[in-house]
Amino acid sequence: MQAVEIKNLSFVYSKGTPNEKLALDNIDLSIEEGSFVALIGATGSGKSTLIQHLNGLIKPQDKKRSSVIVNGKSATDKKTLKTLRFEVGMVFQYPEYQLFADTVEKDIAFGPKNMKLASDEVSRRVKRAMETVGLDYAEFAERSPFDLSGGEKRRVAIAGVIAMEPKILVLDEPVAGLDPAGRAELLALIKTLQKQVSPTVILVSHNMDDVAALADRVVALKDGRIVADGTPKQVFADRALIKDIGLDLPTAARIADRLAERSIELDKDIITMAELKAALLSLFGKAEQQVDGNDESQASDGTREEPTGENSSLQSKANAENNIDGGDVKVVKYEGNTGGDADV
Amino acid sequence: MFKDVSFGQYYPANSPVHKLDARIKLILTLVYIIGIFFVKSYFGFMLTAALLLLIIFSARLPMASVLRSVRGILLLVVLTAIINLFMIKDGDVLVEWKIFVITKNGVHTTIKMILRLVLLISGASLLALTTTPVELADGLESLMKPLALIKVPVRDIAMIMSIALRFIPTLFDETNKIVSAQKARGASLDTGNIFARIKALVPVLVPLFVSSFRRADELAFAMDARCYNATDKRTKMKRSKIKFSDVLAALVVLSFFTVILLERYYFPSVGINIDAMIFGGLL
Repeated sequence: MQAVEIKNLSFVYSKGTPNEKLALDNIDLSIEEGSFVALIGATGSGKSTLIQHLNGLIKPQDKKRSSVIVNGKSATDKKTLKTLRFEVGMVFQYPEYQLFADTVEKDIAFGPKNMKLASDEVSRRVKRAMETVGLDYAEFAERSPFDLSGGEKRRVAIAGVIAMEPKILVLDEPVAGLDPAGRAELLALIKTLQKQVSPTVILVSHNMDDVAALADRVVALKDGRIVADGTPKQVFADRALIKDIGLDLPTAARIADRLAERSIELDKDIITMAELKAALLSLFGKAEQQVDGNDESQASDGTREEPTGENSSLQSKANAENNIDGGDVKVVKYEGNTGGDADV
Repeated sequence: MFKDVSFGQYYPANSPVHKLDARIKLILTLVYIIGIFFVKSYFGFMLTAALLLLIIFSARLPMASVLRSVRGILLLVVLTAIINLFMIKDGDVLVEWKIFVITKNGVHTTIKMILRLVLLISGASLLALTTTPVELADGLESLMKPLALIKVPVRDIAMIMSIALRFIPTLFDETNKIVSAQKARGASLDTGNIFARIKALVPVLVPLFVSSFRRADELAFAMDARCYNATDKRTKMKRSKIKFSDVLAALVVLSFFTVILLERYYFPSVGINIDAMIFGGLL
């Protein structure tokens, strides 16, 4: 079943004034239930406008041409609008700025209460949401959300959305401004949420590493149009397009490209660190054998006619292996060591 | 960032009126407003309307943008018109029904009052339509300078004004975001009775206040870090000078003002005669 079906959607800001700006230009988009879609695009490409159509926060301007159907309901239908908003959980950028209640529990209960659920169901959902986001109920329920740390506030805000148990979860830059540990935890949490609460996830992100690691479909926007749509591997394979949109490649893909410049050819479709590591290790297994072989042949022949270029590239490979095990940081260091124009 | 937020009422266009010095525009608007209160005859109102149309035309503003500001005072206009129409009881009686009496004088006063209000608001709105809030604040600061002599902290006031103006779109944006976020959690802000609506605003107002204080704090730190001190003599990046076009604009408005005064105090017969010529028996 399609969770989202958008047809011919266009949107113009400040229509009829000199500040007029086309934010969405004839968007057609269907999202399968159960998929994890990443929405990428530079600032101002229309991502936020697009996602706000999904729960009727923004209504299609041209009601005759455009249609937005979410979970089988039209987003323009006033009768089902409330239900739709509960089915599409929307986590905006910096959601902690929407906290308002005097206790964490009351804040998380805001959504479920608006759903007019029975009070025992509300408190069940609050407890479950807090548990899911990793906030201890006994410790946090009665505290003021304003006294918490940044990461904790964000968890409270996200719990406030998932307490409505939405079928579709839309997250706009959920990890922006978090420290590395917080990011990793939150990204893992999103995966858990998909399994336990909301089968369909739409993630807006500028971090291509996160996109590569999490999404099973990538939709790229530029100037209000969909310019790419496919699996992360397909979308990131078009290097020119990614550059044109004004985005970066995932770190692993950039490293692979740099290695290719130094004639270390890896698979073209490497996008995650795990894939890069596996590729380097497998290449290395062979390379080491070759190095051994070369050494032996050198020793036996006693000649010094090995092409130096190849030799140095093999050395690079050796460097790469020494550094790759430690993870991302060391790989970056390796890029620096080569003295190239690394801007990883 | 700004999206649907139009900055105040400002209507961006490249016109001679937009380019006028903000101080001149402020003073001339004041002159125009005072002038309107001296207008007594229909001839005077026509003159005022002509001046207004001239300014609108040279400012390249669409009529709709000016009328939009009139729409804001429509209720006021209608109410005062009704009160005027029935309260003025001297002169020839036109209609009489129970306690309601409409006189010729009443009709004239009402029409003139409507004209005065509409011309007043449209004229004043031209200032906001053709001047950015920042220019306005700068102009006001410049005009208030003499007050510094009597120890009025003009610079502080100007800084407060500019900061307030600067943060209007930011807060507007922030409000929109918070409203969206709470609506996404099922908040209904536009249904129910007045108490329900006020209560529904709490989830919007609390985060808005929290973020305003946070912003104020951050801004204060940032200003402190750059050694901001309003009491020292500060210079301006953009200094506006009076240009020829400013003098020209001043001449136009001042001659309008003079004509209005002359017509009222020295040649009242001109207005009366012209009125009679145009409207004839209707008067």
